[in-house]
Amino acid sequence: MDQIAFISLSVLTLACALGVVLSKNAVNGAMCLLLCLAGIAGLFVQLHAYLLAFILVLVYAGAVVALFLFIIMLLDMQGGQPWRFRGPQALAGFIAAALLVVGLDMLAVRGRLGSGPPVGHTVGSSLKLYAYQLFTTYLLPVQVMGFLLLIAMLGVIVISRRVGEAGAPK
Amino acid sequence: MTPSLDAYVMLSAALFAVGFLGVLVRRNTLVVYMCLELMLVAATLALVAFSRFNGTEDGDVFVFFILTVAAAEVAVGLAIIVALFRARQTVQVDRLNSLRH
Repeated sequence: MDQIAFISLSVLTLACALGVVLSKNAVNGAMCLLLCLAGIAGLFVQLHAYLLAFILVLVYAGAVVALFLFIIMLLDMQGGQPWRFRGPQALAGFIAAALLVVGLDMLAVRGRLGSGPPVGHTVGSSLKLYAYQLFTTYLLPVQVMGFLLLIAMLGVIVISRRVGEAGAPK
Repeated sequence: MTPSLDAYVMLSAALFAVGFLGVLVRRNTLVVYMCLELMLVAATLALVAFSRFNGTEDGDVFVFFILTVAAAEVAVGLAIIVALFRARQTVQVDRLNSLRH
């Protein structure tokens, strides 16, 4: 049962990832990305990381993909540059991706990652455990992340000002 | 019968490779950016799988941070793309060649 769910979710995820790469229209690509993220969230649920699946859907599918769609429509690239197989560049891309996947898979197979059953209790499912970790071991990273978000917000405001506006960088 | 760790790692590698392929062959900056996100998500999948199969929660907490950084990165990156579009009226990678040697 788990195996069937895993296989169908991974096929969905990979097919939608290929859809992102191969789709002519950027809007279709964003929709494929959405479906791909839904597949990943399903895999997270299978790995008992329920909270992460929820956050993935909320942050990625809810915010990031919506932002992408906004920008695609803002820049109005409907039917823009279609995907084309252009000579040595694309060939090199395919070869590089194939080498990458072969290398990583060899690492996974030869490295004996251990194919035993999942160890321990369902760690990822407990919100309390997350909170405990975040506020004890990872307290400093949490604060750094807060600063990072603040800086990103300020950076976006500065970047998106029109040049020549009052106070904007020349 | 639950899927093994190998299966998750291979799926993650394949997903990463698809994103990598997209970054290399596509010419639209926004699509390249979406493929970058795909690579980031592939890495999080591997982290969650390792965390589950080793019985630790550190990987899960790291995924938290990765999601935060990804959100900030998307905001800044899209702002840069919009600024670029305003300045150059295009988002095709091969037309953005001011730094070309």
